[in-house]
Amino acid sequence: MPAGLGIALLLLPLVALLAKADWAQLPAALGSRPVLLALWLSLRCGLLATAVCLVLGIPLALLLARREGGWIRLLRTLVTVPLVLPPMVGGIALLYLLSTQGLIGQYLFEWFGTRIAFSTFAVVLAETFVALPFLVLTLEGALRSLGDRFETVAATLGAGRTTILFRVTLPLLRPALLSGTALCFARALGEFGATALFAGNKEGVTRTMPLAVYTEFNGGGDGTDTAVAMSLLLVVVALLILFAVRPRRSAW
Amino acid sequence: MIRTTRPFLAVVAAAALAVAGCAGSSGNAASSTPVATSASVGSVGAAPSAESSSSTAPSSSDPSSSDPSSSDPSSSDLSSSVPSSSSAPSSSTASSGVELNGTVTVFAAASLQKTFDELTATFEKEHPGVDVQISYDGSSTLVTQLAQGAEADVFASADQKNMTKATDAGLIDGTPTVFATNTLQIAVKPGNPKGITDLAGLAKSGVATVVCAPEVPCGSAARTALKAAGVTLDPASEEQKVTDVLTKVAEGDADAGLVYKTDVAGSGGTVEGIDFKESAEAVNSYPVGVLKDAPNPAAAAAFVDVVTGAEGQKTLAAAGFGAP
Repeated sequence: MPAGLGIALLLLPLVALLAKADWAQLPAALGSRPVLLALWLSLRCGLLATAVCLVLGIPLALLLARREGGWIRLLRTLVTVPLVLPPMVGGIALLYLLSTQGLIGQYLFEWFGTRIAFSTFAVVLAETFVALPFLVLTLEGALRSLGDRFETVAATLGAGRTTILFRVTLPLLRPALLSGTALCFARALGEFGATALFAGNKEGVTRTMPLAVYTEFNGGGDGTDTAVAMSLLLVVVALLILFAVRPRRSAW
Repeated sequence: MIRTTRPFLAVVAAAALAVAGCAGSSGNAASSTPVATSASVGSVGAAPSAESSSSTAPSSSDPSSSDPSSSDPSSSDLSSSVPSSSSAPSSSTASSGVELNGTVTVFAAASLQKTFDELTATFEKEHPGVDVQISYDGSSTLVTQLAQGAEADVFASADQKNMTKATDAGLIDGTPTVFATNTLQIAVKPGNPKGITDLAGLAKSGVATVVCAPEVPCGSAARTALKAAGVTLDPASEEQKVTDVLTKVAEGDADAGLVYKTDVAGSGGTVEGIDFKESAEAVNSYPVGVLKDAPNPAAAAAFVDVVTGAEGQKTLAAAGFGAP
């Protein structure tokens, strides 16, 4: 019985969203300029954030999985902070770091005239901030369960570090890498709180899909229909991502 | 086993690429600076005059109070060939005498959305070279963003308090001009199912009322009006901008909300407005000003001129705004 209630709680809201959707107007709503701008921005920022996550996350996961000691344990805890932190808090923290009056941002602005907050780059940073732990934790878990036997064998056979990384470790990590990347991308795509505070809400510049849903929904009038249409699109994207990374024991 | 230097370098390179890519697409600091420079170089004569006319805007319709640029034959020829300039007198003569271009970014109170969308269309017709980008949000949200270094050319607030925050922080160039006033109405579902007739009706049990948060202009006005009526309200929610309140009522999440008269008028019948006498105690003035760090000050001044000029006043009045 509780299990059934749990399923109902998880699925009924989605049913309500489907019921609310105006299917005849759906193509028009999704093809409108604000939606296309938000979608294009979300895709660009999400992909860019995922790329940055991969570049930063793989070395970080290797570090966490292959080294031991108190510092590493502390580091592992710190890496998960953005995971449990309300994204709004991350947004404020990023703002005080990188706004034109921020800890580092004031010097970037003074010396180079660079404004990071309220730009598209800020969206990428905010998304990276919240998505990176997903990738790192997925990879680290996989690395730990793999152990380092294969690497040790490869090393005894005379393989260099680079060869081991690209010919042994990363191929073995492929499943975890795929699911971690997909989770990371999904998280980046759904980011709202940190983006809203750190990057603002400007059409075509920082108004990603979730912010556009919020803005359209609160805009009154016909905006709510557009918000529902965009929400459906996000649900579909989320489902596609989940199906893409669902565990298939035989596939790998 | 992991060399920290190489991934780090890669990250720096990736970040640099990302910054370059974003700067190019979003038109922020790096790419818009040259545009702003060229615009201000082209308008050396007009920029100061546009500023001075914006501070006294509605009264500057007297052509003699205008500036050197209107006595310049070429610029007056140009402006007289633009038909719409006859409705927006000398203030727009000063700005349309120079070819404006680039992007002008406007931060405007959420309650201005419908009106400013219309004015933007007018403005872009008059200045085809200028792309107007407007961010609509609660005035207090916008001030916070500006104070944190968000880049904008024009700020239009829904009350004096938030504009004062901006001027106190040294963000505004010159003195802001009040261009409209607005009063509150009680918004309810069409047909007024809860039978609300005054502010006291909002506090009745069984009525879920939504208002703006106190720091947002509509919220501070709501607070003033409720105080004048001697009503203590326990709102179901405090929203960050007036349009959020409107949606809550229109969608049926709330039974009533305190919004501006103009929001009810622009809602297309999704809500019904009820006047109440204490609204006279809480009339909001809308000031507009050009930002000190405006990347495109010439176009910003021209936009302010449209808002404060005859064309803008006509559009604002049609939407239900009061005269300044």
